[in-house]
Formats: sequence, C-alpha cells, structure tokens
Amino acid sequence: MINEFTMIDVAILTLLAATAVTVARIRDLWAAIMFTGIYSFLSASWMLSLDAPDVAFTEAAVGAGIATVLFLCTLALTGKNEKRFPRFSPVPFLVVTITGAVLVYGTLDMPHFGDPDAPVHQYPSPSFVERSQDDMHGLPNVVTAVLASYRGYDTMGETAVIFTAGTAVILILRKEEDPDDKADGSEEEAA
Amino acid sequence: MSLEQFLGLYNYWIVIFLMMTGFYIVISRGNLIRSIIGLNIFQTSVFLLYITMGKISGGTAPIIPPALAAAHSPHDEHTLDAHGEHALNGHSVDEPGAAAGEPIANGAAELAEHVEEIAEPVSAAVTIADGPIYSNPLPSVLMLTAIVVGIATTAVALALIVRIREDYGTIEEDEILAVDRRS
Repeated sequence: MINEFTMIDVAILTLLAATAVTVARIRDLWAAIMFTGIYSFLSASWMLSLDAPDVAFTEAAVGAGIATVLFLCTLALTGKNEKRFPRFSPVPFLVVTITGAVLVYGTLDMPHFGDPDAPVHQYPSPSFVERSQDDMHGLPNVVTAVLASYRGYDTMGETAVIFTAGTAVILILRKEEDPDDKADGSEEEAA
Repeated sequence: MSLEQFLGLYNYWIVIFLMMTGFYIVISRGNLIRSIIGLNIFQTSVFLLYITMGKISGGTAPIIPPALAAAHSPHDEHTLDAHGEHALNGHSVDEPGAAAGEPIANGAAELAEHVEEIAEPVSAAVTIADGPIYSNPLPSVLMLTAIVVGIATTAVALALIVRIREDYGTIEEDEILAVDRRS
C-alpha cells in the first residue's frame, strides 16, 4: 500500500499545507503573493503526479504565472503597506474549524483514493476514452478531445467569460479624462 | 480507523485543510488583496479535490500512446464500426448485471469481457484491451475550464481593488466603511 507514489504524495501535500499556513500568517503582502505563486506551482506538481498533465500545465502558467503578475501589478498600484493584524483571530478560526470538521465527516463515505470502482469512473469515462478513439480519428489526448469537441459549447462559453472579464477590466480601469488604459487590460487579453 | 482507510482518505483531508486555510484568510483579514489571495487558495484547493478524485491507482494520463492510436486509427473503417457496435452491445449487456448488484471489478476486467465477447474478430480490439488503464479525463476537462474562469474573475476583482484605492485612498475594509459612514 505504501509505495513511492504515496511518499511523493505525502511530501507535496505537506509542502502545500506549510505554504498555505505561511500565507495565512505572514505579515508582508508582497511575500504573501510570492507564497501564493509557490502554492500554485506545488499544486501543479501534484496534479502532474495525479495524471492530469493538461491541468498541471495550465495551473503552472495561469495560476503561478499570470495570477502572480496580476497581483503584483495591483500591489504596485495600491501600495504594499497593510494594517497590522493579529496573527491569530479566534472567531474566524472557530468558524473554519467547524466547517472543516463537517467536511471531514462528509469524506468518510467517499470512495478511497485511486479506487477504480469509484462512481466517478463508472458512467462516462470509459466511453469517453473508447469513443474518442473512433470519433477523433487517432487524436491521442482524450482531455483535448473532450474539451474541444464533446464539451465544445462549454469551452465557447468560457471564451465568452474571458472576453467579458477583459472588457470589464478595461472599463473599470479607464480614466474619464485621459483615454489611455492601464497595463492590466492588455495582460488580461493575454490570459 | 484502519491504516487502509487513512491512506485512502488522507488526501481529501489535506485538501479540506487547504480549503479551510483559504477560507480563514478570506474572513479574518480586512485587506482586500489579502482576501483575494485567500479566495485564490480556496479555488486551487477545489481544483485539487476534483483532480484527486479522477486518479485511478496504477493508471496513467489519458493520452493514448501513438502505437495504440495508430493501431486503432481508420485503416479499415468497417471493422472499426463492427468493433464499436460490439462495444456498445457489451455495455448494454453489462448494465443489467451492474444493476443486479454484481460489481464491475475495474476497467481492465470490463475490457477483458469485451475481448471474450468479440473473441473472433479483429486483432485491434485485443491491442486496446491490453492497453494501459487511463485515469479519468473528465475532472481534468472541468478543472481546465475552472482555472481559466478563475483567473478572469481574479482579474476583475483586482481591477475593482485598484479602482477602490483610487476613490477611497485605502484598501482596508474597515477604513472604507468608515469613509462611507462619514459621507
């Protein structure tokens, strides 16, 4: 049961938990943003070990790259002096402890990690892997096939969301007097 | 609690811990950028929760190796169609069995049944059945969409923060509320 995969798993998860706690406790806002980038990159690594390379690439590029750049741009425009806060605030901690306990109770019924009999794997997945071979004329990546073809309308809607967000960013940041936009708009287009 | 159950569930627990850390950052700090950081951490944890459910132990990424794909690509269409129909029939035969409570062991066993059912025809089907187990592609697809939508909402939120800073001169929640009360 305990193999090298479990060890990698445990190592990455420990690093993830440590990074998240650091983000919660660190006072410097700039450092917190950098730790968020590290957090995204660690999750990308874990996704790679969980057989989701496409998501790992996207998370590394978008989560660790573009999001960090956007945060840093915002920080440059707003100033990095944050009010002193107490390192530990009891009421929010109580709330998240109770919520977390309820969620953990909910996991007790869940199928175990890596279980091939899990309900997730029963209905659509085998037919997607098998059908895409016939339908896609030898396209090797099943994720691409599902994303661009079987769920093509979903991806089109996603593109519409990005366009709307880009327009919204430009409209929000536009000055009434001088028409030149802030740099954030063009970065959003790149996203 | 047995060791097996612990090993089967601990990654859900870690993911819940990460989620709750993000939630804590959102609700405990008044700084708006800090809240968005917490929201980002929460969001990434949700991605991890989905991806971890898609993993099959011993499986590999859902990318068909070129050799297998070539063996299955349209070199003769009618055999492929026949195989496809057989596969469909196999499924419809499988379903009542599953409904009757007989568990489908796993993907490999299911494919092996298919091979037995279509024992006489093409060799291509046998190659497929011998192929690797693939992890579930569907969570990956859903999370790809979610990541891109997530960065879009983050960008809008950050633009709003920049705007709030221009108007109020601060991004601390209590100071913004104080300014609102004074006006």
